[in-house]
Amino acid sequence: MNHRAIRAIYLFEMARTWRTLLQSIVSPVVSTSLYFVVFGAAIGSRISQVEGVSYGTFIVPGLIMLSVLTQSIANASFGIYFPKFTGTIYEILSAPISYFEIVLGYVGAAATKSIILGLIILATAGLFVPLHIQHPVWMLTFLVLTAVTFSLFGFIIGIWADGFEKLQMIPMLVVTPLTFLGGSFYSIDMLPPTWRTVALLNPVVYLISGFRWSFYEIADVSVSVSMGMTVAFLLVCLVVIWWIFRTGYRLKN
Amino acid sequence: MSSIISVANLSKTYGSGFKALKNVNLDIKRGEIFALLGPNGAGKTTLISIICGIANPSEGRVLVGGEDIQTSYRKARSLIGLVPQELHTDAFESVWATVSFSRGLFGKPKNPAHIEKVLKDLSLWDKKDNKIITLSGGMKRRVMIAKALSHEPRILFLDEPTAGVDVELRKGMWEVVRTLQQSGVTIILTTHYIEEAEEMADRIGVINKGEIVLIEDKATLMQKLGKKRLTLHLQNKITSLPESLGHYELELCDSGATLVYDYDTKGDRTGITSLLSDLRAAGIRFNDLDTTQSSLEDIFVDLVRTS
Repeated sequence: MNHRAIRAIYLFEMARTWRTLLQSIVSPVVSTSLYFVVFGAAIGSRISQVEGVSYGTFIVPGLIMLSVLTQSIANASFGIYFPKFTGTIYEILSAPISYFEIVLGYVGAAATKSIILGLIILATAGLFVPLHIQHPVWMLTFLVLTAVTFSLFGFIIGIWADGFEKLQMIPMLVVTPLTFLGGSFYSIDMLPPTWRTVALLNPVVYLISGFRWSFYEIADVSVSVSMGMTVAFLLVCLVVIWWIFRTGYRLKN
Repeated sequence: MSSIISVANLSKTYGSGFKALKNVNLDIKRGEIFALLGPNGAGKTTLISIICGIANPSEGRVLVGGEDIQTSYRKARSLIGLVPQELHTDAFESVWATVSFSRGLFGKPKNPAHIEKVLKDLSLWDKKDNKIITLSGGMKRRVMIAKALSHEPRILFLDEPTAGVDVELRKGMWEVVRTLQQSGVTIILTTHYIEEAEEMADRIGVINKGEIVLIEDKATLMQKLGKKRLTLHLQNKITSLPESLGHYELELCDSGATLVYDYDTKGDRTGITSLLSDLRAAGIRFNDLDTTQSSLEDIFVDLVRTS
């Protein structure tokens, strides 16, 4: 194992975060605070409670997931796409480093950033609403698993994209709508029966449901199903990445 | 001298069907400077990319330091430093950070003293804290060389290292390359500048349309270059050469109108003075004379045209 190479990539990517602190950390925190103001204060004043929890408190796990999902994808996809765009990928490909180690460096850094961001948003939420986490270990497990899984997904998008438009396409047109429709701001039990069935086809529902359960022990689907779906998606991403490196898809001629 | 790189039956066919390399066989000797010449699209960069792990071969085998580049890629790649043709840099990183990153990527422990030496050797020390985006093209090129040298490679690939670099800087780079060779580093450079190959290389290879068409010691090539040709345009045609001129190995051309004499400019005696004297004694007079010398470029162009 080339530990120094993994460390070099990891620190290089983390250094980019500190260089772009406004964009990486401050901007998502400001956006989330605005969600609290709009959804928590304005809409929340008309919805007293959801399954025994105040609306402002109820949306916290969903808001964290919203940021973790989008930032994991954005960080990891940009992290690997940018060297492809500038051509510096030549150095990664010619270094004595395995594909697994490359993924570990890039995805590790992207996931770390998302986890830090998720925890900052959690702390920010604590300023707006009272918070009590019933299962902190499970909360962290879901947070880490989701950050890693969606960083892997972002890595795949970064390899696949051959232009900035494609880089933005899946996060903007697929992930954001799925997240908004995945129960970030409501329980899917609040939907009419038909739409509830449709909502269950959305993988993000399972992530948010499991994560919310770790906070308040309330869930749209069982926690084991949530965990199963998250791990399944993680495995799918790993298989796709394994295939990318085996074939050299969009990396090697 | 043993081979440090051994390329055997290497072929590369791209997805489009284009054959970039056709059964290439090449051995690079340990410690030499090898210049690979060829026109655009000849396969130079593809060959380098395969050896360095950036492109996959379609067929054939490459050993670097005795290690297979595919089955033992870690050992093989750790021996190599690559300076690609294009200026690929991390625009927003500092010179020091990007060069240190390269060392880490190749699995080497931190060694600020070595990085400092590399930057000083390449006249980049006073720019170590500058962001790469602020540097000139020549400096960026040197940063790329510094990155390649950061992990103390035993083999250095320089793909068009002096393209777009001014004459003074080019000569500075040649000095760096020579110093590296003296420390035992094997250097493979591709170039369009024939004078660069003449100046630097121990051996020269010419590649065209994916095939190696010549591999020769520079000394042998220079011997060919050292030959000059004297052409004498005679006043009166002659049908045969007098016996007194037999030892000059003259050639009678244009139906006896011109005499051609090949001589070695690097020899102690060219024989021109005695030839002219013996011609006068034999009663052969001439109206005009000219001399020509073939250059490496002529040989290169000839090879490329005929291959």
